[in-house]
Amino acid sequence: MSSGTRRRAIAFARRLRFYVIAAWSAVTLNFLIPRLMPGDPAQAVVQQLEVKNGQNLPPQTVEAIRKLLGGVHENIAVQYWHYLGNLFTGNLGISTGNFPTRVTTLIGTALPWTMLLMGVSTVLAFLIGTGIGALCGWRPGTRTDSVLSPLSTFLAAVPYFWVALFALWLFAFRLGWFPLAGGHDPDADPSSPRYWLSVLHYGLLPALTIVFSSCGGWLLGMRNMTLTTTGEDFVLLARAKGLSNTRVLFRYAARNAMLPQLTGFALALGAIIAGSVLTETVFTYPGVGSLLKQAIDNRDYPLMQGILLFTTLAVLVANFLADSVYVLVDPRTRAQGGDAS
Amino acid sequence: MKPALRNPKVLAGSAIALLVVLAALFGDWFSVHALGQDPHTLDYLVINQPPSGHHLLGTTGSGEDVLAQTIAGARGSLVVGLVSALISTALGILFGVCAGFFGGVADTVLNFITNLFIVMPVFALTLIVAGYLNNTGTMTIALIIGVFGWAGGARSLRAQTMSLRGRDHVQAMRMLGESRTRLVFSEVLPRLYPLISAMFLHAVIGGVLAEAGLAFLGVSSPNTISWGTMIQNAQNQNAIINGLWWWFLPPGFCIAALGTATGLINFGIDEIANPRLGAARRAAQQAVKAA
Repeated sequence: MSSGTRRRAIAFARRLRFYVIAAWSAVTLNFLIPRLMPGDPAQAVVQQLEVKNGQNLPPQTVEAIRKLLGGVHENIAVQYWHYLGNLFTGNLGISTGNFPTRVTTLIGTALPWTMLLMGVSTVLAFLIGTGIGALCGWRPGTRTDSVLSPLSTFLAAVPYFWVALFALWLFAFRLGWFPLAGGHDPDADPSSPRYWLSVLHYGLLPALTIVFSSCGGWLLGMRNMTLTTTGEDFVLLARAKGLSNTRVLFRYAARNAMLPQLTGFALALGAIIAGSVLTETVFTYPGVGSLLKQAIDNRDYPLMQGILLFTTLAVLVANFLADSVYVLVDPRTRAQGGDAS
Repeated sequence: MKPALRNPKVLAGSAIALLVVLAALFGDWFSVHALGQDPHTLDYLVINQPPSGHHLLGTTGSGEDVLAQTIAGARGSLVVGLVSALISTALGILFGVCAGFFGGVADTVLNFITNLFIVMPVFALTLIVAGYLNNTGTMTIALIIGVFGWAGGARSLRAQTMSLRGRDHVQAMRMLGESRTRLVFSEVLPRLYPLISAMFLHAVIGGVLAEAGLAFLGVSSPNTISWGTMIQNAQNQNAIINGLWWWFLPPGFCIAALGTATGLINFGIDEIANPRLGAARRAAQQAVKAA
């Protein structure tokens, strides 16, 4: 009993260690990327701002930009130290494209939109795909399976943004059922019910395209895992015991087939922000993805760097949580002490 | 190879893939001589034309022939797909097989790096690195996609190698005093080929999709026609809100077709190489028939 608890604690500590080192690597990578790139990103930013403002920047501003992006005439270790200090105080610098707004403010405004749209549709796609996949794998060769599985192979290979463009053309342009761009009715008052209804209306088409595109991947994964699990002895035993079909499917086969799906789900949740770039670009949705696209178009390096850091940390946190849940669901990982992945 | 080609899935997939490869190799010649259209020719007299007898798939906003562009795009997309897949597969083998075979400290370090790349937001990283580099040629794009995309494959190769390392034939050769290099190259690697080829196919379509995604977001090499740049041009010139469906539908459809082809080949190979999957399927089918 106590040794089990201890083993669990060790496994937990190991995973925590991996994620702490991973977070540190991400932060360091974020520090190194602009410094390893050819040219002088910091100088480009300074020039951009000077052109924009029509006057020279005060020396302390130039200094701050150089501290963030490199090119300052300081030892690299000192630069790194300053950079870490800035991170801990939540200072990610100032966006050059939206001067003088702080990067953290921009991300903070955009984040709820992305979380809402991408979060809801990712969860929906996972539930629908996994559910249908379990049924297809349970009864392979039935009509549903022989139509859905090849269709999913096709859907998994369709570029997402192409599906989104097509949906935008068909449902918003031709049929006029949905608005062409934006995240909410620009004329509605943010506290009125009309505003919230418009948020739903504007978000529905992007959400549907995500569910449509990513469902197939979940379906195929779950189908093949269920198919493999169905051949295992413990499922045979459950059948031999005379348990009902539904019980064998849900409590024995699907429960075990789910495990790899959960890992995938964690990765998908973490990848939400990165994945939102394409969706939000097609639908001109006001989230972090649009912000990143805008940052790249404007060569807004501080914003790019801030979003990259933020995205990476989100992925790490999502994976850590998923790993922790995984241990509770799958007893085998506990016994082996847990792999960091 | 013979049983593989008798499998209808492999056959259908290979046929589509072959068509794309032919288009990539001889597409320019075909467009100019058989269709009488050059993909690069701008003709401002016939812009935004719907499909007709003269332009089978219509024309773009600059009067280029969409069919000729779609055929030319095969090369641009496939080159990025193949080069990035070569890079990511090579890195995957290097990291996965070394970690799995040598174990110990090497494994700890390599596996840590692999796990790190698995949890990193690869697409965002690719996009940002490409954004920092101002001039992105086709090869640079392929390189970035490959360098950031190897980790998933490395993980499965590591697991497979670890299991192979303990098998009798490897142990026997080790006892005979074979060098480690020889053990890896003649005992372990050949048995990983099915997995590696599946990984490679998967990486090709992953590279094509990543290139298309990057091009759509504005990171592409100018002057190169690929399916991604076609869709990007269509988007930039408002093809969607002007209803020019013939412009943006064909390139996306081609990517999807190539993706399906690699998916079918992988599916088919899996059915042949993994008898358990087939046996489970047959058993379940019989259960359905009996019920």
